[in-house]
Amino acid sequence: MNDALGPRLAAARRRAREHGDFDGFVELVPYARFLGLRVEQSAEGLRMRLPFRAELVGNPALPAIHGGVTAAFMENAALLHLLLQLDQTRIPKSIDFAIDYLRSARTLDCHAACEITRVGGRVAHAQIRCWQDDPARPIALARAHFLLATAE
Amino acid sequence: MDRTGFHATLQRRFAEVTPHVAACGMRLTAVGDDGVEAHLPFREDWLGDVERGLIHPGIVTVLVDSACGAAVLARIADIERVATLDLRMDYLRAAVRDLDIHCHAECHRLTPGIAFVRATAWQQHRESPVAVAHAAFVRAGRRAAAAIL
Repeated sequence: MNDALGPRLAAARRRAREHGDFDGFVELVPYARFLGLRVEQSAEGLRMRLPFRAELVGNPALPAIHGGVTAAFMENAALLHLLLQLDQTRIPKSIDFAIDYLRSARTLDCHAACEITRVGGRVAHAQIRCWQDDPARPIALARAHFLLATAE
Repeated sequence: MDRTGFHATLQRRFAEVTPHVAACGMRLTAVGDDGVEAHLPFREDWLGDVERGLIHPGIVTVLVDSACGAAVLARIADIERVATLDLRMDYLRAAVRDLDIHCHAECHRLTPGIAFVRATAWQQHRESPVAVAHAAFVRAGRRAAAAIL
């Protein structure tokens, strides 16, 4: 498990770019695998999907997906997006993360799209948007800063 | 129910009433007027960086968000539905493998409509936190929460 990650990241990135096979990427991040996150290529670009399952519920009375899960999904979406877009040889460290919740997350799949707003010498800034059945009605918006592996 | 009774019930039922909290093995270790303390046991599933043995910040966010919600209920000391408006995490240092994570969350301002919360998460030493956080919650009233406690 503790083999150097760089070559495995490069191989997974190549498989994703050449064959559209993103599973190898999710496999490299145990917590993304735990959440059950899927990476998919759509006409609009990379999309992350969190298939609904009962274990993700935070409030069974509503019912609603746990707010922490929505946040963790979006943070993972940004991280995987960065790993796919930039040739990082290590997992970039998170500096900070801020999320605004717009609607409660119902018992449906969540989708996320990420935009890397800026890549500097040391830090990358990402914006993440999350929705369920209607892309025009986001359930949460978030932004994150990552310390790039090259800057450590 | 008085405040102490409510706090005891909240501590006992926190995981039972929240499927994802139960799924993560999270529990409340203290509930009082000065806030709550939550505990998350280490699992291999939490890793974000297997090469360096670092825990993914996302699971720290799950712990903090859960603790912040509990802190609001502890402050209100009554059944009420609250919803997170926003949450801001600062990851002061990476959380490392094989160690559990603790979180203290405190609702430091409560108005009739809004609750403001701050939280700290750490592994071995509280004075060396892995994350600090701020959150705001909106109070949505008793009706939707009646089934919970």
